[in-house]
Amino acid sequence: MAPKRIRSIKFELLSPREIRKMSVAKIITPDTYDDDGYPIDMGLMDQRLGVIDPGLRCKTCGGKIGECPGHFGHVELVAPVIHVGYAKLIGKLLNATCRNCGRILLPDKKRDEIVEEIERRRETGGDIEDLVKEVFAISSKTKECPHCGEQRVDIKFEKPTFYYENEHRLTPIDIRERLEKIPDEDLKAFGMDPASARPEWMVLTVLPVPPVNTRPSITLESGQRSEDDLTHKLVDIIRINQRFQENKEAGAPQLIIEDLWELLQYHVTTYLDNEVSGVPPARHRSGRPLKTLSQRLKGKEGRFRGSLSGKRVNFSARTVISPDPNLSIGEVGVPKAIAEELTVPMYVSRYNLEEARKFILRTEHPKANYVIRPDGRRVKVTENNAEEVTEKLEPGWVVERQLMDGDVVLFNRQPSLHRMSIMAHEVRVLPYKTFRLNPAVCPPYNADFDGDEMNLHVPQSLEAQAEAKILMSVQEHILSPRFGGPIIGGIHDHISGLYLLTKGDNRFTKEEVMEIIKPLDVKKLPKPAYEIDGVKYWTGKQIFSLILPEGLNMTFKAEICRNCDVCKETECDIDAYVVIKNGVLEHGTVDEKAIGAFKGLVIDQIVRQYGTAAAKEFLDNTTRLAIRAIMHMGFSFGIDDEDIPPEAVRQIDEVMEEAKNEVANLVMAFKKGELDPLPGRTIEETLELRIMQSLGRARDRAGKIAGNYLGLNNSAVIMAISGARGSMLNLTQMAGCVGQQSVRGERIKRGYSGRSLTHFKRGELGAEARGFVRSSYKKGLNPLEFFFHAVGGREGLVDTAVRTSQSGYLQRRLINALQDLKIEYDGTVRDTKGAVVQFRYGDDGVDPSKSYRGKAIDVKRIVEEVLSGG
Amino acid sequence: MDIKEIEKELKKYPFPESVRRDIREELAKLDLNKKSLKKIIDRCYEEYLSNLMEPGEAAGIIAAQSIGEPGTQMTMRTFHYAGVAEINVTLGLPRLIEIMDVRKTPSTPIMTIRLQDDYSNDRKLAREVANRIEATYITDLADISVDITGMKIILFLDEKVMERKQVDKDELVKKLSKSLKVDVEEKDGKLYLSPKEPSYRKLLQTVEKMKDIVIKGIKEIRRVIIRKEEGEYVLYTEGSNLKKVMRVKGVDYRRTTTNNILEIAEVLGIEAARNAIIKEALDTLEEQGLNVDVRHIMLVADMMTNDGEVKQVGRHGVAGEKVSVLSRAAFEVTVNHLLEAAIRGDTDNLSGVTENVIVGQAIKLGTGDVELISKLGGRSK
Repeated sequence: MAPKRIRSIKFELLSPREIRKMSVAKIITPDTYDDDGYPIDMGLMDQRLGVIDPGLRCKTCGGKIGECPGHFGHVELVAPVIHVGYAKLIGKLLNATCRNCGRILLPDKKRDEIVEEIERRRETGGDIEDLVKEVFAISSKTKECPHCGEQRVDIKFEKPTFYYENEHRLTPIDIRERLEKIPDEDLKAFGMDPASARPEWMVLTVLPVPPVNTRPSITLESGQRSEDDLTHKLVDIIRINQRFQENKEAGAPQLIIEDLWELLQYHVTTYLDNEVSGVPPARHRSGRPLKTLSQRLKGKEGRFRGSLSGKRVNFSARTVISPDPNLSIGEVGVPKAIAEELTVPMYVSRYNLEEARKFILRTEHPKANYVIRPDGRRVKVTENNAEEVTEKLEPGWVVERQLMDGDVVLFNRQPSLHRMSIMAHEVRVLPYKTFRLNPAVCPPYNADFDGDEMNLHVPQSLEAQAEAKILMSVQEHILSPRFGGPIIGGIHDHISGLYLLTKGDNRFTKEEVMEIIKPLDVKKLPKPAYEIDGVKYWTGKQIFSLILPEGLNMTFKAEICRNCDVCKETECDIDAYVVIKNGVLEHGTVDEKAIGAFKGLVIDQIVRQYGTAAAKEFLDNTTRLAIRAIMHMGFSFGIDDEDIPPEAVRQIDEVMEEAKNEVANLVMAFKKGELDPLPGRTIEETLELRIMQSLGRARDRAGKIAGNYLGLNNSAVIMAISGARGSMLNLTQMAGCVGQQSVRGERIKRGYSGRSLTHFKRGELGAEARGFVRSSYKKGLNPLEFFFHAVGGREGLVDTAVRTSQSGYLQRRLINALQDLKIEYDGTVRDTKGAVVQFRYGDDGVDPSKSYRGKAIDVKRIVEEVLSGG
Repeated sequence: MDIKEIEKELKKYPFPESVRRDIREELAKLDLNKKSLKKIIDRCYEEYLSNLMEPGEAAGIIAAQSIGEPGTQMTMRTFHYAGVAEINVTLGLPRLIEIMDVRKTPSTPIMTIRLQDDYSNDRKLAREVANRIEATYITDLADISVDITGMKIILFLDEKVMERKQVDKDELVKKLSKSLKVDVEEKDGKLYLSPKEPSYRKLLQTVEKMKDIVIKGIKEIRRVIIRKEEGEYVLYTEGSNLKKVMRVKGVDYRRTTTNNILEIAEVLGIEAARNAIIKEALDTLEEQGLNVDVRHIMLVADMMTNDGEVKQVGRHGVAGEKVSVLSRAAFEVTVNHLLEAAIRGDTDNLSGVTENVIVGQAIKLGTGDVELISKLGGRSK
C-alpha cells in the first residue's frame, strides 16, 4: 500500500469565531497550579488542554502522553489589541481605504482590472508583489473617495502599534471598525484573500492559548516547577486582562483604562514577538529576554531550521576515526561496543524464521537485542526469556539483530559539503573503540586522523538498505560529479610507495617479490625480467603491473615530468613517460598523476573501462601493495634530511647578501627620488613591489640551491615531486630561507608609528624591518623573525575562520536556490512550478560525473578501441 | 579524412553541437575507411547515450554542491591582475559571492577593451583611444591655486600632460567656462577663472565643483592601461561603463567586455548576462586552481537569468521567489513569510524538497520520484 501523502497545506488567518470554535477551555485565571500542585480549572494548565505528566489522561480526548495531540484554549480580551506582525499592513490598509465608507480609494473599474490581473498572475504562478505595492501607492495618493466623496485624511502609523489621524490617536476599536467596513471585493485588490483573512482579524479580540504540550513545565530537583516562557507571558496577559476588566466595570477614569489597554497591548505584542523594535523585550526574573512565539520559529535553532528541516535520529553512532589500509575502501571498521548497540531489523517470514530464532538464542555478539511483536510491543531479549520468545516467534514479527559484518551503513563526516560526505560502507566489526577506514577514502570526506570524529547510520528498511548499497556505495563515488575525475585515490604513502617501487629499474628476487605481494591475490608471476647467474629478478614495474587489469592501454606524462621542450617520450631521463600496454607498465613511474586522488588517470580509466567494482579492487590492491612496498624499501624523514653542506650554506648566504644590497639600493634610489614608477603606480608602491620581487627571487634561489644539494633521493624531495605530500616551497622554507612574511599581500608595516617594531628606526624600509625572515626553519628563527612569522601566520588563521562562515552561507544559499531542480524524462531541467530552466541539461545533457573530464565522450579512446578491433 | 564525409555520417545521429564538433575534430586528423568511420560514430553515439543524465536526477543540488564545496578551499585575498602589478581585482571567494549576489557594481569593476584592426596594432592609436576613454580631471592637468584678493582661481597648466592626454587648450577653456559659468582668461600658460558674481563662498565652491568636472573621457573609467596581448594592443580599465565605451571611436565593441554583470544585462541583454555569469564564475574558480564542470555553473546562471532579469542567489532573488511558503520560511526571515502567506491565503502544494522534509514525506527527486505499480497475485496460469 502506498503511504498517504499530504497534498497541500493552506495558510489562513484565525478568525475570532474559529478561535472560539477550536477552543476546549476558556481561560480566565492567571494561576497555574493550586497549593496542592493540582492544575486549576480554567487556569493556564487546565487539564482539558492536554497532558504533560506521565500517567495522567487528557480530559478532552482521553489520550495519554504521546497520544493526545494537545488542545487549544482561549482568552477573551477585554479590549481589542493590534497584532504586531500586521501593524504595518493595517496602517497601509487604513490609508488606502475611505474613512467613511471603507471602500478602496480607486474607481470600481480600475479595481476590477487590478483584481483580474492579480487572479491571472496567481494562476500562472507570477509575482503580484509589485502590483499590490502600486495599488497601495495610488490609492494612498487619492484626495477624495470616488465612492462617497469623503476627503481622505492621512493616517500616520508609528511603530510599533500606534495610529494617528490628525494628532488624534485611533484606538484598536476604531481601527477594527474601519477594517470591518472594507468589502471583500476591494480586499482582493490588495492581494488579500477575504475568505482566508479578513483585515479585522488582524486586530485581536480573542487570543488562542496553545496546548500545554507546546509549553511544557519542567520540575526542578528541588521539586519546584519551572514554567515555560510562553506560560509566563500568558500569565501576564491574563493578569492584565483581568485587571482591565475589573477597572472597566468599576468605571475607572479614562486615563487608567488607557494605561491598562496599552499594557495589554504590550504583553500581547511581546507574546507574539519579543524582538519588535521600539518595544523593550519582556524579561525573565533573571534578566534573560523571554523566548516567545516568533523567537521559537526563527533562526538556525528555531522550529523551521532546527526541528523541521533537520531532525535527530536513532540508530546512529559517532566516534574517532583511525586508518586501516587492510580494509577495503568500501568497508568501515566498527568497534564491537558500537556493533552491539546498533541493530538491524529482520522482518520475520517463513524463509528466515529459523535464522531469526538463532539470533535470539545467541548470547554473544551477533545476537538479537529486541523483538517487536505485530502489535508494536517491543520486548527486550534476555537470557531468561530467549527460549520463550523463540517459541512465540512467527512471521510478522520483527527481530532487531545486532550489527554484523556485511551490513550496509551510511558513514558521514561534517561538514557535509557534497554528496560524497555521506557514503555507504560495508561493516567490519573490529576490536577497540575507533571507526576504521581505508586512508584512500579520506579525500571525499576531507578527513584526517588528528582526532576527527565521524558518524554512522544504520538504514532500517530494506528499501533504504538497497538504495544505500546501489546508489551510495563508495565505489559509485570514485568519480566526482564536480569535475568528472576521481576523488578517491592514493594519498601520501600510497604515492611515495609506488613511486619508489616503479621508478627506474628496481630489481627484486623471488623472496622479495613474494614479501611485497603477500596481501595481493596473485596466482601467477610473469616471466622475470632478468636472470643473472641463475637468480631470477623481477622489476618494480612488473610488480605494479600485477594489479593492473588486463587489456589496459594508456600513455601519459607523470607528475614528476619536467615539461621539457622536446619530450623524449620512452627515453625520458627521469622515467616520467608512462606507457601501459595491455595491463603491463612498460615505461614510466607511477605517482600522483597515475593513482592520486583528484588526478589519478589510471583510476579514471579503470572506472570507465572496467566498471566501479574493478576500480574498487584496484584501489584496495594499490593501497595494500604501496604500503608493503614502502615498508620493504624503507622510507623515513628526519631533521637531518634538511641538512645542507657548508658549501650550500655559503651560497645561500651570498644570495641573501646580494638581495640585501639590492633592497638597500632600491631604498636609496627611492630616497633620492631616482626610482622610476611603474605605469599606474606611485613611487611608494613601486618600491614595495620591487623589494618584494627581489626578496622573493632571493628566496627562490636559496630554495633551488638547497634543493640541488638535497638531491633526488632525499625523502622530502621524493614526496614533493611525486605529489605525495608537501611542495618544493615547503622544502625551501625548511632548508633554505623562510622568506617574506606578509599581511594583506604587503610587507608588514603595521605596529608602531612608522615602524613595525621598536627595534628599528622610524621609516626604515630594509628587508628585516618589514618582516623578511632570512633563516630557515631548520636553522631556527631569531626573535624578530619569529614575531613577524607569527604575524603572518595569524592572518592565515583569521582568513580561514572568516572563509568557513562565508562559504558556508554561500553554499546554503546555492542549495536553497537550486534544490528543487530536477531532470525530467524529456531531458529538460525544471523547477517545482514546471517552468523550464534548461531545455537540455548543460546544453548537451551529459552527466558531469560520467563525462570525460568535462567532455561528453572520449572520442580518442573510442577511435583507438575501434581501430584495434574492438 | 574528408570533413564532408564525416559530416554526412554525423548528420544521421542527433548529437548536440559540442559533441559533434569534438568528433569532427578528432576524426579529421585520421585516415579512416567508411566502415570504421561508421563504426566509430555509432560507438560514439552509444557512449553518448550512456553518458546522459538520468531522469529524476537532482541536478540542482549537485550543481550547488559542486560550486559550494570548493568555496571552502578558496582564498579571501585580492590579487593583482594576471601577474602584472597594474590593476587590483577581487578574486577568490569574495568575487564568487559577488557574482552570486549580483551586486549593482562589483567592488573592482574592470573592462577589457579590444580595438578595431587599424588601432590594435599601433601603440599611438591605442593611446589615443585610451585617452578618449580615461576620465581626465582638472587636477591631472593643472595645479590649482586660489587668489582670494583678486577673486580668481589660477590654473597652472602642465603642457606635457596636456599633450600626453591630448587635451586641447581651447576646448578646456570652453568646457570650464560653460560648466562652471565663469569667465576664463588665458595668460602665458596660466588660466585665470573668475566667477561672475564675486563672493568668497562662490569662489571656493567653484574650486570644489571644478575638481569634479570630467574634462575628457568617461566618468566611471578611472584608469586605462594598455597592454600588448597576442600581438595586439588591449586596453584594461579600472571602472566600467560598457554603454559609453562601446560607442567610442576605435573600440571594437564586439570584443569589448566588462566584469559588471548587471551592466551587460542592461546593454547586451539577458543571454549575454548568462554567458557573463558563466565566464566570470568559471574564471574565478579556475584562477584558484579549482576544477568545476561548466554544466554546474551553467545551471546556476540559467536559474539566475531564467525569467528575463538577473536575480540574486539568495533571499532577494531565486530563493525568495519560490512558490512554496514552507521552503521560504525555512530559508530566511521565517516569520514574515508565514504572516504574508496567511494574508494571501496561500497554499503550499508540497512539491519541493524542504516542504516534504518538513511534513515527513519522501521528496520528489531521484528514487522518491519513481512510482512503481505491480500487480499482486503472481503468475497467471
